[in-house]
Amino acid sequence: MAHAKQHDYHILPPSIYPLIGAVGAFCMLTGAVIWMHGSAPWLFLIGAVALAFVMIGWWSDVVTESNAGDHTPVVRIGLRYGFIMFVMSEVMFFVAWFWAFFKHQIYPMSAYEGSQYVTPEFYQLDVFHLPLMNTVVLLLSGCAVTWAHHELVHGGDRKNVANGLLIGILLGLAFTGLQAFEYYELLVHEDWSFGGDRFFGTFFMATGFHGAHVIIGTIFLTVCYFRVLSGHFTAEKHVGFEAAAWYWHFVDVVWLFLFAAVYIWALG
Amino acid sequence: MAEAAIADHDHGRPGFFTRWFMSTNHKDIGILYLFTAGLVGLISVLFTVYMRLELMEPGAQYMVIPYTATADSIEGTFDDATAALDAAGLSGYASAELQSLESSLTALPADDDGRIEISGGVRNDMVDTIDGLIDANPQAYTALSGLKNVLDGDPDGHLWNVMITGHGVLMMFFVVIPALFGGFGNYFMPLMIGAPDMAFPRLNNLSYWMFVAGTTLAFCSVFVDGGSGPGWTYYPPISTQDGMATDFAIFAIHMSGASSILGAINFITTFLNMRAPGMTLFKVPLFAWSIFVTAWLLLLSLPVLAGAITMLLTDRNFGTSFFAPDGGGDPILFQHIFWFFGHPEVYIVILPAFGVVSHVVSTFSKKPIFGYLPMVWALVAIGGLGFVVWAHHMYTVGMTLTQQAYFMVATMVIAVPTGVKIFSWIATMWQGSISFKTPMLFAIGFIFLFTAGGVTGIVLSQAGVDRAYHDTYYVVAHFHYVMSLGAVFGIFAAVYYWIGKMSGRQYPEWAGKLHFWTFFIGANLTFFPQHFLGRQGMPRRYIDYPEAFAYWNQVSSIGALISFASFVFFLGIVFYTLYAGRRVTENAYWGEHADTLEWTLPNPPPEHTFEELPTREMWDKHPQH
Repeated sequence: MAHAKQHDYHILPPSIYPLIGAVGAFCMLTGAVIWMHGSAPWLFLIGAVALAFVMIGWWSDVVTESNAGDHTPVVRIGLRYGFIMFVMSEVMFFVAWFWAFFKHQIYPMSAYEGSQYVTPEFYQLDVFHLPLMNTVVLLLSGCAVTWAHHELVHGGDRKNVANGLLIGILLGLAFTGLQAFEYYELLVHEDWSFGGDRFFGTFFMATGFHGAHVIIGTIFLTVCYFRVLSGHFTAEKHVGFEAAAWYWHFVDVVWLFLFAAVYIWALG
Repeated sequence: MAEAAIADHDHGRPGFFTRWFMSTNHKDIGILYLFTAGLVGLISVLFTVYMRLELMEPGAQYMVIPYTATADSIEGTFDDATAALDAAGLSGYASAELQSLESSLTALPADDDGRIEISGGVRNDMVDTIDGLIDANPQAYTALSGLKNVLDGDPDGHLWNVMITGHGVLMMFFVVIPALFGGFGNYFMPLMIGAPDMAFPRLNNLSYWMFVAGTTLAFCSVFVDGGSGPGWTYYPPISTQDGMATDFAIFAIHMSGASSILGAINFITTFLNMRAPGMTLFKVPLFAWSIFVTAWLLLLSLPVLAGAITMLLTDRNFGTSFFAPDGGGDPILFQHIFWFFGHPEVYIVILPAFGVVSHVVSTFSKKPIFGYLPMVWALVAIGGLGFVVWAHHMYTVGMTLTQQAYFMVATMVIAVPTGVKIFSWIATMWQGSISFKTPMLFAIGFIFLFTAGGVTGIVLSQAGVDRAYHDTYYVVAHFHYVMSLGAVFGIFAAVYYWIGKMSGRQYPEWAGKLHFWTFFIGANLTFFPQHFLGRQGMPRRYIDYPEAFAYWNQVSSIGALISFASFVFFLGIVFYTLYAGRRVTENAYWGEHADTLEWTLPNPPPEHTFEELPTREMWDKHPQH
């Protein structure tokens, strides 16, 4: 409709995705409530499928618009601003979990006068075995993505871009697999539980939310991998790639804080 | 110029569904926000009218669990009362009246189990009858008030809790933020900076629809499964008790939070990336600045709240112990994380109103705003300081004196930038040629009442004084002065200021003024006496109170009814204006001092604005700063 558009900003046509997305989110959350209170998870699943549909459709539109040339330099700056702020909001989300962790680490309830609470004895894992290995895996994955980024920006071989991404993705999957293995060992063989003492909740929710972000980041990188194979991205124009790389480094950094605090300090 | 570029392609307007359900247009989305917030506001106001009616007199009148018993046990209750009268040496007192009351109650229709419910008018008549008998002979007080207390049922405290919780959650998350930030922010922030639309128009619509979805979840938390009633702060351990309703409330806040975070990202990007050519940061109009600062507060505080309520959710449903002391958790931890969000939240609510008031005061004083640069920095300072004062909401939880001293000083420091704003508005009016149009009345009312609320805020910031005032009606009066009389006056000022621009029709001035005066009187009558109640020691969040508090509660309730009537009148004005208001054709209908970019556009603006970006002469009216 914007026939007389005389500027470089992106004016979008109407879209049905926001409405479906909100309805899907509503169904998913209502479904989650009734699921937690004993019903079957159907409504939750329907909502989740609707959300997945919206994400695929919406972001496909974004890629199409990018290929159609709608993402002018000024629009690309805006997309970067937007993504940086999304990552900032994610950082603040982790602040809450670290707050809960640090509070109890520095002022455990057992230290309060008159407290009956005794911190229970539980299995102390060796943080410099599996967790350290996992740290190295994730950091190497970050290195591989940086290599791919470097090759892309400095006009290197596109094959290297794809390979760097592929290595990053595989190492990301390895991280998720190792983390799942660690959870399995702790929960099944070492008597840890999800609920119960406050440490378990903090440990599993903080590392679990990090794990969820690793999975999301892996999917993001995978999308970028296939876009590289389809010939998307140039040295100047690769906002999607850049966002995926930023997200992946954010995931790295959160893990370093988790490793230093929750693993080395609390368990080491 | 801009008009000429627009006039020739107004054809091809989208259909109804496309325009309102699939919108990627910041003006349409802004209007959607405003209407939805108005509707939710009406419902939330109805909750308060119900509550104020209940508080109008001591005792429970409306929120009652009726007494339900078999005819035999009702007779037994009357027998007990007769025996008590005998014991008090009042044998035979009012025996005919009691007899007829007893037979009228036992004659009521019973359910299948033979139980009779004493409710509604029957209950009220019964209470009146017994009160009359007590008045006629005060010696019968002990015997007959026992009878009355059994037969009049029990106050429905849970319903009360659900009402205050619903009112707080709806007003905070689903009325004021969507109206000022989502509504006026969406409509006017891009116009003021000369942007053709928001940076991410589709995301903008997702924000709106997630707000609607969140509102629906919030209503579920009020109406499903008996309702959720821990108060809008959702402190554990009350909020970790069973029931679906609180889970709905938690998800409602998650949804509203996601909506506001996406909105904040959108606003910040628009502000940073899409300003008109030549419009440097310190040339941006103050309303746009206020939206920008608000967006940062939302972006940085809401995710922290999301973390806290996620912990609440897992404590409730998955057995974790973040806030459960028997598992090593700490309920006070929740209060800290909550208020780390909660305090920025109150500035999120008020900062956009600051922006609106700046423009209105300048327009109707016919002078540029006094001290533009300090006004901008005051917004930034209030936003920054808002993050480091949270524990002043929790002086009584057992913090160390050092902590209390810090939070006390930090809180009082906020009075400095706030004072800069108040004095700059006054200085703008100083020697101005003021015309008292409705928006200006609301802006002056805002300055007056927000100052009153700010001053009681300074009182409450003292940790020592807070020992006496914590959780009393003084606090209720304080925060309603800054919100109900601050933010809401800001919303009204904005509506009257811009309704002609948004709709192309102007409200009737006499009606606006009548609305202002009734609302000003009603709201002050509601909340000013609550200072007295607080100083007398009346605690907040109770359904009932002793006789000693009856007088000011009655005044307060009368004020609430006046405010409600005024609010309904306001809705009438809005609909009258939209359908039958006088058309306004002049672009800058408030005169030359309404000089931001939205006043260069026709009323209402075309679907797409600034397709040719505005030139510097269109907006740079005061090149001196």
